Amino acid sequence: MIGRSQTVPPADGAPQPVKGRSLWVDAWNVLRRNRAAVVAGALILVMALMVIVGPWLSPWDYDQTDWDNVSIGPDLDSRHFFGTDALGRDLFVRTLHGGRISLLIGVVATLVSLLIGISWGATAGYLGGRVDHVMMRIVDILYAMPFMFFVILLMVFFGRNIILIFVAIGAINWLDMSRIVRGQTLSLKHKEFIEAAEAQGVATFNIIRRHIVPNLLGVVVVYVTLTIPQVILVESFLSFLGLGVQEPMTSWGALVNEGAQEMGTAPWMLVFPAFFLALTLFCFNFVGDGLRDALDPKDR
Amino acid sequence: MLRYSLSRFLGAIPTLFILIAIAFFMIRAAPGGPFDAEKALPPEIEANLRAAYHLDEPLYQQFGRYVLNLARGDFGPSFQYKDYTVTELIAAGFPVSLKLGGSAMLLALLVGVSAGTVAALRQNSRTDHAVMAVSMTGISIPNFVMAPLLILFFAVYLGWLPAGGIGDGSLRYIILPVISLALPQVAYIARLTRGSMIEVLRSNFVRTARAQGLPERTVILRHALKPALLPVVSYLGPATAAVITGSVVIEQIFGVPGLGRYFVQGALNRDYTLVMGVVVFYGTLIILFNLFVDLVYAWLDPKVKYS
Repeated sequence: MIGRSQTVPPADGAPQPVKGRSLWVDAWNVLRRNRAAVVAGALILVMALMVIVGPWLSPWDYDQTDWDNVSIGPDLDSRHFFGTDALGRDLFVRTLHGGRISLLIGVVATLVSLLIGISWGATAGYLGGRVDHVMMRIVDILYAMPFMFFVILLMVFFGRNIILIFVAIGAINWLDMSRIVRGQTLSLKHKEFIEAAEAQGVATFNIIRRHIVPNLLGVVVVYVTLTIPQVILVESFLSFLGLGVQEPMTSWGALVNEGAQEMGTAPWMLVFPAFFLALTLFCFNFVGDGLRDALDPKDR
Repeated sequence: MLRYSLSRFLGAIPTLFILIAIAFFMIRAAPGGPFDAEKALPPEIEANLRAAYHLDEPLYQQFGRYVLNLARGDFGPSFQYKDYTVTELIAAGFPVSLKLGGSAMLLALLVGVSAGTVAALRQNSRTDHAVMAVSMTGISIPNFVMAPLLILFFAVYLGWLPAGGIGDGSLRYIILPVISLALPQVAYIARLTRGSMIEVLRSNFVRTARAQGLPERTVILRHALKPALLPVVSYLGPATAAVITGSVVIEQIFGVPGLGRYFVQGALNRDYTLVMGVVVFYGTLIILFNLFVDLVYAWLDPKVKYS
């Protein structure tokens, strides 16, 4: 799948050796033409840069109270660009700080789910037979569980620390990944290069690691961009219910929750974090869609 | 078909059992107990309470008792709402949640399928792009963000609709919660319908139908719609799960006295039996609904083999 030189149309004239375009060059060419996805991708980078650098550009700290400016709207004179909350904390800094947490959870929890999902799916798909059957049956059963409820229980009963959020969210998101990876593995399994590796006596684990997994990357990349927004959403959902990140730390979900409580008197507290959250989810979805179009060979 | 249904049904039983087991043991493993209070109870009274609720028995025995009671539709007494059984609380909260969730699903299906179909029929037109842009926005704005924004706009600024509660239960009160609950699903279903409709419209049988000179209306409604809806049908299971999960926060935001609120309250109060009851009840509902959707799918799609 990686070297798809056969998709290159034969060059006119003298038969030159055709240079194989890799999947990634191919995909980049398609993606580049999708303007929405490119803009969305650029916005994500800007957003990431902003949440990392932004807090230093403001004189305020995320947990610092400005007693002279409690609950004021956006105001440039006091350098509260987005206003302050009911405790006089600067909303600009808090929104960016919340973004750090939300994005961090999005990426880390996605990696957790990636790790579990790929190992599970590739193993099941490659080994096949009864092992595959049992492993996929487990996925089916877990799939039917109301996981959000379990995560809520987990948060309520075992304290609200951030590591647990990573693990809990990652652990519920690997199911789709394992299914997709398994399907892909099944189709790879009978390719010649795998047979060649088997004939040479390469150990099963090494075949999975060196030959199966690298060939899954295309699908995985698409899925990662679609999982990150889901994870951010779950985290915000928990934080919104007051079960996620705890004060004075914050995340977009927690900020939206605070904003929702004060929206009658201080609408800016709702509008800014809500905008950042929605924009980020929007961009990730766009990039994911674009990547799917670019990397999915079906549509060509 | 009957054998297929039966085997699918039997397959759901271990799933149910595992659901109950996870919920049961997770709650029992949690620190803190239902009788924790500001002031510690005298040890004798607490021992009596524990005995009355069978909390002094070994875990497996408690689990067995719980499963047996469940089979009889008895979810046990609530630990926090004195004098109520969990069954009564569920019976009180569920109709409200069902009304909300049911309306949201119905709205999502109606609007989602029609918008998706219209977009597919005019692929790459301005209508299509508009529908897709709106639905992308719908997917990207979580319902707990949409809900306060809707309240801010329609209740606080315009004052057209009430901001919360269910008042006398009239339509006015459920409009905003239903919309916030339905919007992400509308968006998703519209995208699904559009995608599969575009594919179906390119297929041979649609071309044949057109070649026979059937009016476009008939081609779409009689021939294209049913196969195009298959992905939507299989999405109904996850959609229900999403609506149920969403109802937890939507009921919280709008102050709707449904099951979702009981769940959050119960979880915060460590009301073991109530929380278990809601998880088991909703879990069962989702599992059964998935089963139902699978059967409907098998019935609709001639390609599914009953094995």
